Amino acid sequence: MTERIAAGSWVEIHKIVLKAGERAPQVPEDTRQVPLEMRVKGFLAASANVDDEVEIVTPAGRRLRGRLAAVNPAYNHGFGPPVDELVTVGIEVRAILRQRDQVK
Amino acid sequence: MNAAAGYAQVMERRDEIIRSSLEIDYARYAIGALGFDYERLLADTGYSIDDVGAIQQRTAVGNTPLLELTNITALVRAVAAAGKGARIFVKDEAANPSGSFKDRRAALAVHEAKSRGRAGVAAATSGNFGAAVASQAAKAGLRCIIVQEAFDSHGIAQPEIAEKTRACEAYGAEVIRTSVGPELFYVFLRVLEASGYFNASLYTPYSILGIETLGYELAHQVRQQCGRPPDLVIVTHAGGGNLTGTARGLAKAGAADTTVIAASVDLGGLHMASDHDFNRKSFTTGHTGFALPFTTWPDRADVPRNAARPLRYMDRFVTVSQGEVFYLTQVLAELEGLERGPAGNTSLAAAFAIARELDQDRIVVVQETEYTGAGKHPLAQLNLARQLGIELRRGDPRENRPGQCIVIPEHPSQIAVSDVDLDHVRRSYLRNAFESLGQTDRLTGADIDFLADETRSSPAYIQEVIDETH
Ligand SMILES: Cc1ncc(COP(=O)(O)O)c(C=O)c1O
Repeated sequence: MTERIAAGSWVEIHKIVLKAGERAPQVPEDTRQVPLEMRVKGFLAASANVDDEVEIVTPAGRRLRGRLAAVNPAYNHGFGPPVDELVTVGIEVRAILRQRDQVK
Repeated sequence: MNAAAGYAQVMERRDEIIRSSLEIDYARYAIGALGFDYERLLADTGYSIDDVGAIQQRTAVGNTPLLELTNITALVRAVAAAGKGARIFVKDEAANPSGSFKDRRAALAVHEAKSRGRAGVAAATSGNFGAAVASQAAKAGLRCIIVQEAFDSHGIAQPEIAEKTRACEAYGAEVIRTSVGPELFYVFLRVLEASGYFNASLYTPYSILGIETLGYELAHQVRQQCGRPPDLVIVTHAGGGNLTGTARGLAKAGAADTTVIAASVDLGGLHMASDHDFNRKSFTTGHTGFALPFTTWPDRADVPRNAARPLRYMDRFVTVSQGEVFYLTQVLAELEGLERGPAGNTSLAAAFAIARELDQDRIVVVQETEYTGAGKHPLAQLNLARQLGIELRRGDPRENRPGQCIVIPEHPSQIAVSDVDLDHVRRSYLRNAFESLGQTDRLTGADIDFLADETRSSPAYIQEVIDETH
């Protein structure tokens, strides 16, 4: 049994807004083949299980419905490792400036 | 979902929803078959530039520092011919409360919402503007909803937009994130209808008047520091508000002779509504994917008449490559001690190339920076690009191919701009204008004058293009 999520938890809901066949006429082929999805975070209105159809209260105070997709979802965006193509740029341009100063 | 909420039904109510969300009757400004009174649309807001400045000052928006990039100027001179290499300055817009010049736009929109007694504000934006509106709304005690195009069909979020999601949520906004597609506008219309919030569109008169202070301050700061107005101001250009507002502000400060240059990252070959291309752009704004369509037809925006009309104000339009912008971002950090976000570095890359061709006493201003950090940093974009199979290497930036290969220059002498042919852009604008005409519409003399103003040309030029195309 998975754990029941308590009312008031900060969660994210997921919803299909437009199915693949319902996309706007102007969208390109690849986009037309996938649905328009939507995700919103808010406070869970009543206790539920993940994947249940639930209601949330958003920070704007609105009540929205959707599938309970995540509980307290993390912000995972970051930097990643340094890339070789940029790490030496500073050294290179400082060398150019030093050379210029010597010529002057 | 009830029937009235279906895509087609909501889109049919579009004009009505926008009108009640903004309380602007755009039809009042119509002239002839396709023209409208642009200056009156802006003037009817009732705000003078001093009013705008006073409102912005209350939330510490604006009055950002102007910094001379002496080390970058020295680097330009190191690769320039003798006597060449203009002085480069930057207006540090990252110093605004939410970290970009977008606070200037949001300040006026939120002020307007508040004075109209609205309970909240809503905006459709995946960028800095969302954070700006959310920040201003927090201060004003208004509710806020931001609708973002945020992730692709694999659930992969564009890192820079993920950072905007976080920022908006940090300011207490409701953030609706969608997958890729222009139907975000449909989601936004439903939000406006359901909430009754004020529409803080990027393209209303408020959003443009808010930027005029940037150009205005900039002109005064350069005068104060150098004794004369700037020769060139380079603007990172996407939807056109940044360029329009800055140019108008420069003119209001008496710097009408300053050359205004639009600079965008070249994203040629990538489709803006493509799910596949979404995470392969490596840039979320300041790119040709927005700049070309919005310059050649501003009224594709989420309001009937876009108050951003860049073709009226640009003297020159250049592009730079993705790799050149990443390179300059690194140079700005390491030579000037300024770690700043992607957008302003587009105009910085252009400034580097342009300053190289100018005499040393010329003054070039990069009119903005923005904050950087997780998701917005070159590392976040380059690591994602690599993960998606995009090649990353050092080399000649002319070999950069958006979505396939990002080429970081090997030497600053390789930084160059490509000119977008403005005559081509004007003709493209006019083609779009003619196509917007109904079957029975006939162009009047007032329309011809309007089109001449829109394209910064003359009635004779408009007539010539009409004769060519008919
Ligand atoms: C920091 C920054 N600079 C420049 C731009 C481009 O401005 P505009 O869309 O008004 O041309 C944006 C907007 O997306 C931005 O956020």
